[in-house]
Amino acid sequence: MSTPDTERHSYLDAPYGLKAWLLTKDHKRIAMLYLMSITVFFAIGGMFAAGIRIELLTPKGDFVTADLYNKLFTMHGIVMIFFFLIPSIPATLGNFLIPIMCGTKDLAFPRINLLSWYLYVAGGVILLSVVAMGGVDTGWTFYTPYSSTASITNVSLAATGAFVAGFSSILTGFNFIVTIHRMRAPGLTWFRLPLFVWAHYATSLVMILGTPVVAITLTLIVAERTLHLGIFDPRVGGDPVLFQHLFWFYSHPAVYIMILPGMGVMSELVSAMSRKQVFGYSFVAFSSLAIAVIGFLVWGHHLFVSSQSAYAGLVFSIITMLVAVPSAVKTFNWAATMYKGSVSWESPTFWVVGFMGLFAIGGLTGLFLATMGLDIALHDTYFVVAHFHYIMVGGAIMAFMGGLHFWWPKMTGRMFNETFAKISAVLVFLGFNLTFFPQFILGYMGMPRRYYAYPDEFQVLNVASSLGASILALGYLLPAIYFTYSLVKGKAAPANPWGAKGLEWTIPSPPPTFNFDRDVVVTEPAYDYNPSREVHVG
Amino acid sequence: MADTTTGAATGHAMATHAPTGHGAHGHHPRLQHHFYSMEQQLEASTLGMWVFLVTEIMFFGGLFMAYIVYRTMYPLAWVESSRELNVLMGGTNTAVLICSSLTMVLAVRCAQVGSRKGLVTSLIATILLGSVFLVVKFFEYKAKFAHGLVPGPYWDPHAVAADGTLQRITLPFGSEIFFALYFIMTGIHAAHMIVGIGLMTVILVMSAKGRFSAEYYNPVEISGLYWHFVDIVWIFLFPLLYLLGYHLGNVG
Amino acid sequence: MSTAHIVPVRTYVAVWVTLLVLTLTTSWAASYDFGFLNTAIALGIAVTKASLVVIFFMGVRYNTPLTKVVVVAGFFWLFILFGLGMSDYMTRDWIGVPGR
Repeated sequence: MSTPDTERHSYLDAPYGLKAWLLTKDHKRIAMLYLMSITVFFAIGGMFAAGIRIELLTPKGDFVTADLYNKLFTMHGIVMIFFFLIPSIPATLGNFLIPIMCGTKDLAFPRINLLSWYLYVAGGVILLSVVAMGGVDTGWTFYTPYSSTASITNVSLAATGAFVAGFSSILTGFNFIVTIHRMRAPGLTWFRLPLFVWAHYATSLVMILGTPVVAITLTLIVAERTLHLGIFDPRVGGDPVLFQHLFWFYSHPAVYIMILPGMGVMSELVSAMSRKQVFGYSFVAFSSLAIAVIGFLVWGHHLFVSSQSAYAGLVFSIITMLVAVPSAVKTFNWAATMYKGSVSWESPTFWVVGFMGLFAIGGLTGLFLATMGLDIALHDTYFVVAHFHYIMVGGAIMAFMGGLHFWWPKMTGRMFNETFAKISAVLVFLGFNLTFFPQFILGYMGMPRRYYAYPDEFQVLNVASSLGASILALGYLLPAIYFTYSLVKGKAAPANPWGAKGLEWTIPSPPPTFNFDRDVVVTEPAYDYNPSREVHVG
Repeated sequence: MADTTTGAATGHAMATHAPTGHGAHGHHPRLQHHFYSMEQQLEASTLGMWVFLVTEIMFFGGLFMAYIVYRTMYPLAWVESSRELNVLMGGTNTAVLICSSLTMVLAVRCAQVGSRKGLVTSLIATILLGSVFLVVKFFEYKAKFAHGLVPGPYWDPHAVAADGTLQRITLPFGSEIFFALYFIMTGIHAAHMIVGIGLMTVILVMSAKGRFSAEYYNPVEISGLYWHFVDIVWIFLFPLLYLLGYHLGNVG
Repeated sequence: MSTAHIVPVRTYVAVWVTLLVLTLTTSWAASYDFGFLNTAIALGIAVTKASLVVIFFMGVRYNTPLTKVVVVAGFFWLFILFGLGMSDYMTRDWIGVPGR
């Protein structure tokens, strides 16, 4: 089909009207609502980053005051983590694709899905009011006793905003779990599911089991600030390290919430762009679960230099090394998929290749930090900052952009400009490396994080980093422009522009409201690109 | 339809029979469109409620973690502070909640057998018992406030002495944390009770209007799960908070 | 629902009576000093009561294996938090250096 079917309405057209969108139960519309909201927060988080990088152009603290700088990096962290990265892929691509990939009409609980979006927006409004009232300066990690007693900024309100956004992600996760367990189409066994679904299932497990702990931890901070019920106050016997235990019990698995969906996207894109079955399907599937489970056992590596016992640190260090293994398995399997595949260099491929390189660097540098001895020198330096940005930006955001490009024709029914898309991928890759690679060196040389001033000898690398950040920003600005343009002037998209396998490519672009015209029965494995040849199914 | 051709091209066989739709199976009015049977719908809602309860387990779990850590750090404070709590009120509340769990499960059973009157009566009993719990809690908190056992600027522990008057007492270091945890744990529990009572009231109104039958009573069942969970939390709170110092005599 | 198990009222009443008896037992046991056993008894009784509610009142006895796994997983995760978390607090004095 080269022209949209005008006889049948897509989910975008009918029913019409703002109210129909704001009260929708359609998972695809909710995905679009999320896409718009998270883009807004990405821009806001980016502006805080700009403030940071401008200040760090010069060794002295001359652009902003120390207090304001504290607020900049805190708000950058809170916005990017809770309001962009955590919802990004699950709430947009996940919401859109999971029912379709499961061969069903909608998620298990459509109204709760809509509620999750409203909670996200409510959390966002709370956070924006915090920004308007001067921001928070505790760091996104809210360490006590500063956050619970000393800070005079709007900690309680910020904690509430994060709490509400967290609840939104719990509802998304719970919807996915029930849908994937109970609503798969006949014939769609677990091992015929796309790896995107496996990845989101694993992500949902983490959301369900981890988020409530940070919720109660934030509640305790609010209780201490507002009701003086001091749990973490040393003056009455409280242990600030207990806060760190409770906080990181969630916040470490949270980073797996941020990367697992990206890995799911990667499996889809690698397979489609290589026209080949994913190498070692079951290994990749199980590795998602392994990452989710083992990820809960490593949080103490954030507490190596707190008063945590060295013996506990030893245990956490060893398990942290282990958690790298499933991620490595995936990376090798994607590479093996591309090897001798028929790779087409369209824009999603650019993002795929970028992800693989940057994620590998980010993951390997994590091993440096997992080593207790090295971490003593590297903790709270720019080495850590570079490490997590390689994973979260070089990994997760690249995967998100790749997925956005790959499924954009499906979701909007429009093709975007391929040339500009490739340019933006290259700009992001170059800008990203220029921004964050110098930070590894800076951290190794001893530059601490969260400082607005630094010794003169660090300036060259900092200037390089800030320059890279401007290129990175340009790289993200381009898609905003050409995606928007495509909505107005883009060519109509066929049902399967990439020639990929998957249930979503069998329905029109954009899909009709109830996804499928007829009941789906699945008889083939996933990624069945060469059915005549014997394919290694892991 | 073009779908069949694209379906075949991408390797997922699409069933070529007409959509089974709702009419073919005599679709129940309460069956939502994305489920294919009432059974699937009930299984999905039950699974969903349990997944939600798992999040509640982890939510309260953080508080129990704090309890364990601080009890290990301040065993004496824990025992001495626990003595200030009123075991009679706590025990009564435990019994009240257990009774409410009975009436709750009987309510679900009445729904299962289609007895509207039984369902309504049981729900009313559940709500009443839940309210009794909250009333007792209110008096308990009132006593704590009167005895100055509230952490923060008004922390000024007192106890009723042998001669019946209120005397200032000294509690071991760490007691303020015990009471902070006491208020937070029982407070959040009470908040969950309030939500539960609200939920039950909604279910009661729906039941009275005849919205449930032996074929459809999902909301009753899953609200019941929530109610029982809140009971379970209290089952753990009671011994951990109230009974620690009981062998030394209860002062509260 | 044709697939629902209708449990007889006397089963529920029996569980209810057991729960009340266990409540009295735990209060009675707590009024004596058994040393460290006090905690063990209290927790043991609490776990028994909770299990009775989960299995009988919440109907998990008749639920799908998946639901049972979900219930177990929830409590298991709690033990990860308690266990690994306490591994810090319990081993802090082992090194013999003040403050570590």
